[in-house]
Amino acid sequence: MSILQDANRQQISKRRKIDFILHILFIAATAIGIVALMALLVNIMVDGLSRLSPELFTNYPSRIASKAGLKSAIVGSIYMVLIMAPISFILGVGAAIYLEEYANKNKFTRLIQLNISTLAGVPSIVYGILGLTLFVRGLGLGRSLLSGSLIMTLLILPIIIVSSQEALRAVPRQRRDASFALGATRWQTVAGSVLPSAMPGVLTGVILALSRAIGETAPLVMVGALTFVAFLPSGIMDSFTVMPIQIFNWISRPQEAFHELAAAGIILLLALLLIMNFAAILLRNKYQKNL
Amino acid sequence: MKQAEVRQEKTSISFKNKKSYILDRVMPILLFLCAAVSIVTTIGIVYTLMSETIGFFRKIPVFDFLFGTKWSPLIAPKSFGILPLLSGTMLITVIACVFAIPVGLACAIYLSEYAPTKVRKIVKPILEVLAGVPTIVYGYFALTFVTPMIRMIFPSTGVFNALSAGLVVGIMIIPMVSSLSEDAMQAVPKSLRNGAFALGATRFEVALKVVVPAAFSGIVSSSVLAFSRAIGETMIVAVAAGATPKLSFNPLESIQTMTGYIVQVSLGDTPHGSIEYGTIYAVGMTLFVITLLLNILALYVARRFREEY
Repeated sequence: MSILQDANRQQISKRRKIDFILHILFIAATAIGIVALMALLVNIMVDGLSRLSPELFTNYPSRIASKAGLKSAIVGSIYMVLIMAPISFILGVGAAIYLEEYANKNKFTRLIQLNISTLAGVPSIVYGILGLTLFVRGLGLGRSLLSGSLIMTLLILPIIIVSSQEALRAVPRQRRDASFALGATRWQTVAGSVLPSAMPGVLTGVILALSRAIGETAPLVMVGALTFVAFLPSGIMDSFTVMPIQIFNWISRPQEAFHELAAAGIILLLALLLIMNFAAILLRNKYQKNL
Repeated sequence: MKQAEVRQEKTSISFKNKKSYILDRVMPILLFLCAAVSIVTTIGIVYTLMSETIGFFRKIPVFDFLFGTKWSPLIAPKSFGILPLLSGTMLITVIACVFAIPVGLACAIYLSEYAPTKVRKIVKPILEVLAGVPTIVYGYFALTFVTPMIRMIFPSTGVFNALSAGLVVGIMIIPMVSSLSEDAMQAVPKSLRNGAFALGATRFEVALKVVVPAAFSGIVSSSVLAFSRAIGETMIVAVAAGATPKLSFNPLESIQTMTGYIVQVSLGDTPHGSIEYGTIYAVGMTLFVITLLLNILALYVARRFREEY
């Protein structure tokens, strides 16, 4: 009897030991991601902080590292977001409202839904090819700010649609019923009751999607955002550059000085993304209070 | 139900409010057009890729393209075999997945089964930050941090190499694997776990023998999605993996991926309409088809093999 008990105890302690070891392993694996993020941030800070000066904001790109700056790229990125924000908001939220509030649950709706989820998985460089063919050549928009903004809009549209749909779905049915009961039409219900109530979620999704677009490089390389733009775009048909493209250009140069510039640019880019994410949170809180 | 709504609309016009009547007629159409943009985008992608790719295959036989072992479209003697680009892409993707899928899964198991709520609340947002870092930043990280480290261990490594790019692509897809898998694990009902605990199972046994099998479809689908994401990743490989297409599986050498090639061509000034220009579309089409099939596979696995409780 005691032999059996001993064997049992041994087996239990062995299983406990395995559990303990795996626990440590799982923690270690989780730490890898966190350590990688820290290493990335520290690496960029060490390389870039010394180059982070006011000239970075006020100088145009230059062949001489000490005179090079990000002015045209920063302005280009801001312009691009200003063009994209209204278009992608209207198209994305419109599509979400259609799918959630209007569409019948039939095969065609399912097809659109499936299509949106597959579009979200298309590599961004493929969007670049579409932009090059459709906007730059097909519609004759050239390598302009407008072409770049339009293709980025198409790129982030699936993200906005999906997040807006989730926000709309979270609005309780009773809200709609109450509105209908007061005699409101479907559109009045959507515009007056459902959408305002879903707005925090919708806005968060839009801002996060826009911040994705700010960091995106590949499609704009295809559409031909230039790396040497020593002027500010004066209209939507002007050629332009954006921050990630300028950073990419600096990384591609062999000189160490340009790598430092790239790191400084990355600090700015990450700071901008941080501000946008923070803005998303603030906006959401504000709207939630008002409701 | 439908009729009731229609009647409701009609009465509302007969009284008053012409504006809301018009809006109710026009808005569904406008909103439908918004939704149709996504369909048009897909058609646009398929159409542009198709038309130019067919033009390309008129000049270069499909067989040579798919099975040729030499890719040098810009330098004579020209040859258009995509296998070197495919092997480069696969090398990067396999390195990334061999690194990221086990780590991501371990991460998901830890967060879902072991971590106290407090730890989870801190760790999850950090991993989400990792997913939000622009890929060009990862490219910089690969070139200026990971590559020097690899060269310290293997001094013969080139400045541009597949290992560094692959590892960093792996870091990029960890959050994807971990968050999607964790969602699937969280969806497994508590009662299943409690049943196993009541039988005396340890947490590891519960995770491995109860939670993982129950969430298996979600885990597989997240891995497939991450794989497809790694294939389509562009800037990291454009910065850190080099630009020498070759049929090699040595991770310490410089290689070129499909995405890297497309970037290289679009940075130069290749005349529109030439064969070189057509290669962008042929390579892009290959990339699109592969990622599309993988994404559909992921959707199918997630739906078909889902365990319902």
